[in-house]
Amino acid sequence: MKKTLNLVLAAVTTMGLAFSAHAEDYITLASTTSTENSGLFDSILPKFEDTTGIEVRVVAVGTGQAFEIARRGDADSLLVHDTAGEKRFVENGYATERADVMYNDFVLIGPADDPANISEAKTAAEALSAIAETEAPFASRGDDSGTNRAELRLWESAGVEPGGSWYRELGSGMGPTLNTAAAMDAYVMSDRATWVAFENRQNLKLLFEGDKVLFNQYGSLLLSEEKHPHLKHEMAAKWHNWLLSDDGQKAIADFKVDGQQLFFPNAQ
Amino acid sequence: MTSLNVPLNNSIELSAPPSLRFENVEFNPFGHRLFGPCSFTLDGPGPTLVMGPNGAGKSLMLRLAHGLLTPTEGAVTWSGTSAPRQAMVFQTPVLLRRSALANLRHALAVNNVPRRLRTELALEALARFGLSSCADTPARVLSGGEKQRLALARAWSLSPAVLFLDEPTSALDPAAIKAVEAAVQEFHKQGTRVVMTTHDLHQARRLAGDVLFLSEGKVQEHTSADIFFRAPVSRHAQAYLNGELVA
Amino acid sequence: MEDNAFYVALSLLVNLDASLYQIVVLSLQVSLLAVLIAATLGFPLGAAVALWQFPGRGGVIVALNALMGLPPVVAGLGVYLLLSRAGPLGELGLLFTPGAMVIAQVILVLPILAALSRQKVEELLGEYREQFVSLGMSRARMMPTLLWDARFALLTVLLAGFGRASAEVGAVMMVGGNIDGVTRVMTTAIVLETSKGALPLALGLGIVLLTLVMAINATAYILSEMAKRRMG
Repeated sequence: MKKTLNLVLAAVTTMGLAFSAHAEDYITLASTTSTENSGLFDSILPKFEDTTGIEVRVVAVGTGQAFEIARRGDADSLLVHDTAGEKRFVENGYATERADVMYNDFVLIGPADDPANISEAKTAAEALSAIAETEAPFASRGDDSGTNRAELRLWESAGVEPGGSWYRELGSGMGPTLNTAAAMDAYVMSDRATWVAFENRQNLKLLFEGDKVLFNQYGSLLLSEEKHPHLKHEMAAKWHNWLLSDDGQKAIADFKVDGQQLFFPNAQ
Repeated sequence: MTSLNVPLNNSIELSAPPSLRFENVEFNPFGHRLFGPCSFTLDGPGPTLVMGPNGAGKSLMLRLAHGLLTPTEGAVTWSGTSAPRQAMVFQTPVLLRRSALANLRHALAVNNVPRRLRTELALEALARFGLSSCADTPARVLSGGEKQRLALARAWSLSPAVLFLDEPTSALDPAAIKAVEAAVQEFHKQGTRVVMTTHDLHQARRLAGDVLFLSEGKVQEHTSADIFFRAPVSRHAQAYLNGELVA
Repeated sequence: MEDNAFYVALSLLVNLDASLYQIVVLSLQVSLLAVLIAATLGFPLGAAVALWQFPGRGGVIVALNALMGLPPVVAGLGVYLLLSRAGPLGELGLLFTPGAMVIAQVILVLPILAALSRQKVEELLGEYREQFVSLGMSRARMMPTLLWDARFALLTVLLAGFGRASAEVGAVMMVGGNIDGVTRVMTTAIVLETSKGALPLALGLGIVLLTLVMAINATAYILSEMAKRRMG
């Protein structure tokens, strides 16, 4: 009885130690699933850590939730892809600076037989109009993420109010949305990075790409020291500046999946 | 819940067993009268055997006396300033899911016996009831007779001034019954007031100093064993002893 | 062959690469610690509700029973808001750490342990009550005796709690953040691999998790059967 108790106590103590013994030199980065799922961070974070000794811990969520985490002061840094939202974030005083880091692009995915024939479309708007006309199933993230917001802007520019049984709002991340689209042979808009790294394609195929409106700009934000003085601003600034530096930009360009570059650095 | 027991170190061997008084005691939960009203005093040398047909209220009477149940009307009182140290042995012994020895140690622990004395006292009680070889056996795998002896040993280890037994032998074989009866005699010899219910006339003859005869929730007769078995006073007891079916 | 989940699971187990090992160890640490803390609080709580009569006791029992079905994300959201910098306990800086995951799982497991132990202790109390009163035991003194004597039943309760803790994903995802190497556990890793469309790997991880949980349950079962056979 006593022995068991001692054993339990010892176990609790070691576990407690294991939890408290975390490195001090780290920052928490709120970012999007597209960057995490594609493997970008696995590729560039070690390079940053090698030069600065700072570990970056990524919490990968939808853009909407990433903003919320940063707004509440739960992350030291923010890397997302919703330029309009990012600018508002600066205007509202939650961030002091926003900078372009890189872009990738959105692509339209759909069943290989392409019932709406979007592979022939000239523009993204034309492609979406065709899907709406044929009422072919379309899977939308529906989660207020950067991709979801970009998709809604595209429908607006195509002059279509998406709705009806063919338009399915899933309320899921990019990966789950692709899984669902694969299962129901639906059209779907995805960022290229997630699509290239995605393994469960089944009958899905890349059908439309290249329209300029599909460019997906990523921005890094320096969070407000005034709103959240407890954050690790100094280390976060190092991360922000490294992303924009030649080293950081090169690291992004060097990341490839199947020989294909997924993110294109464009810091000014 | 207050403790039913006085401190263990009180010597009980030398003083006379405490007497028990039922004063117009009634027990009628939910307005349904199950026992009483009745008054009587147990102050003889005993052992007192409580007899009567099924449903006469024998078990209720024991539980009211021991304090497991509170009378709705009337009072149960003891001689002396406070209730004496008591123990009860049930028809089906309630034993903890641990070894025989640990069962006794637990009973001693809850009665504030110092830790260093517990094992010694427990082993002594086990030995007295022929259970030394079972000390480390889980209580719940003991035979029926051993279980009841363990319950008696537990009671013994607490040195009660009063011992209640509720049909302790009804489920036992003759050898085990003999052991329990010997134990009851032993308690009696040590000066413990013994109050026991039974169905078994022969057992009552062997053990009784006095007999409390209950029927229909009331005391019909309380006489010495000698009188009760030779010439019972009440009609109920006469019928019962003659083997008639009595309600 | 690589598309077969069982093959993936097997090679994961055989190769036991460092990151999988880390994930498994963290999963076990978080869930076991959470269950341990929940048991320390929940068993006495359950026993107390079984032992004492007090106004609102029925309400407490209903609440405990209902909270057994508390959705993990709701627990996660509550703990998130509590531990967030903008929340009341933000100063602790626990969000996105294993500590936060433990807290969330304690909240999930505690009602299970308290509600089921209440039931087990009450059953046992029915059997023991007269003997206890006869021995002059106070209710407070009955509690440790009942908990110890109900130990085999409580072990099953403990396993149910561990099952809930190790299987849930909503709470740990929300308060842990699924940070690689820091707060990634089996279930969040499975969600991540699923979202990458790496279904065989996700299922493989699922099989590894199931194997672990089975191993723990089997060990507990064998130990308790052995003890039960001895204790009768």
